[in-house]
Amino acid sequence: MNEERKTLYEFTKGIIKENPVLVTLLGMCPTLAVTVLAQNGIGMGLATTFVLVCSNAVISLLKNVIPKAVRLPCFIVIIAGFVTFIDFIMKGFLPELHSALGVFLQLITVNCIILGRAEAFASRNTIGRSVLDGLGMGIGFTLALFTMGSVREILGLGSWFGMKIPYLCDNPMTIFIMPAGGFFVLGCLIALVNKIANRKPPMEISCDSCPNAAICKGQCKTQEGA
Amino acid sequence: MTYILILVGCVFVNNVVLSQFMGICAFLGVSKQIKSSVGMGGAVIFVMVCATAITYPLYMLLERFEVTYLKTVAFILVIAMFVQLVEIVMKKKMHALYKALGVYLPLITTNCAVLGVTLGNINNEYTFLESLTNALGTGLAFTLALVLFSGVRSRIENNDFPQAFKGVPATLIAAAIVSVSFMGFTGMMQ
Repeated sequence: MNEERKTLYEFTKGIIKENPVLVTLLGMCPTLAVTVLAQNGIGMGLATTFVLVCSNAVISLLKNVIPKAVRLPCFIVIIAGFVTFIDFIMKGFLPELHSALGVFLQLITVNCIILGRAEAFASRNTIGRSVLDGLGMGIGFTLALFTMGSVREILGLGSWFGMKIPYLCDNPMTIFIMPAGGFFVLGCLIALVNKIANRKPPMEISCDSCPNAAICKGQCKTQEGA
Repeated sequence: MTYILILVGCVFVNNVVLSQFMGICAFLGVSKQIKSSVGMGGAVIFVMVCATAITYPLYMLLERFEVTYLKTVAFILVIAMFVQLVEIVMKKKMHALYKALGVYLPLITTNCAVLGVTLGNINNEYTFLESLTNALGTGLAFTLALVLFSGVRSRIENNDFPQAFKGVPATLIAAAIVSVSFMGFTGMMQ
């Protein structure tokens, strides 16, 4: 029973408790850039989930083969391979979404969520748990992007998934679909999650899930320079 | 003239951090002090220009063998290797420079702005010199955003926000306001 619950926790933790965007503050670049429409948010979220699950699975299988010193380049190549794959599929089947996401689809390669999970979880756990972890984190990421996209689309364009909302569509607040609105909505969402969870908000981006933490040891923030 | 346009466009109109959202992690993580912002910015400018100089011929090579779909894999691998190489060489030969920029180098491998610039050069079909200008401009834009924002951050550090907004949410909202100020440059091009 206990074991089962633990396995289930690997899946559910990513959705709310350790939500990659709203709690651990990872993968902010795509979160801010593509969430002009709710639809784009879901597309980006699902593409990232796919890459996350596949790379977690492969990395957990290869964890004993990859030499420790060159693990980061190895992880990056595996991830980039899957990104190329999803890039092709999207170009073929969803050309509109592909052009809406633009270069950010290829930039999934350097999304810190994926590299962070590979380093912190998949390279230390079995394939089953790694896949569950990837799936949970991916769904959490998708949910966060969907929420961001919905808020920005409803307020900024007065529509939701293309459906017009009466009154709002005549008086859209265009600032919300501009870059500034992205920062603003994300800040408010993180604050809201803090309020609901009644938790002290993070003071800064932590080093816990930074893939470079082992090399840098937090020096990047405190270094005085020469 | 084209070069000046590209440079101005990168630094002000399409600022890489504040309007294209690349390199947000580094932007929020390292912008606490002006000194570390300058160090990170310098390292990013250096790596961006060098990475462009390497990936441009590499892309021509990929084109020659008709495997351009491998560009993401090839670029990120080359950038990661290059950054490691620079770090090793700097540590051995240029100690002063290593002390100033060294710690930021490993962070740059995963900075999406670097990969974004090299891929953007290809997507925009820039020539070699235009690509280098674009890389330089983007690096400068990154540094400008970081330095400006570290000033803003030091002012809001001790302000009295509602409990839920303290820390990162307040930082993000400050970034939104800085981003609004950059919207003033929008009409400059065309």
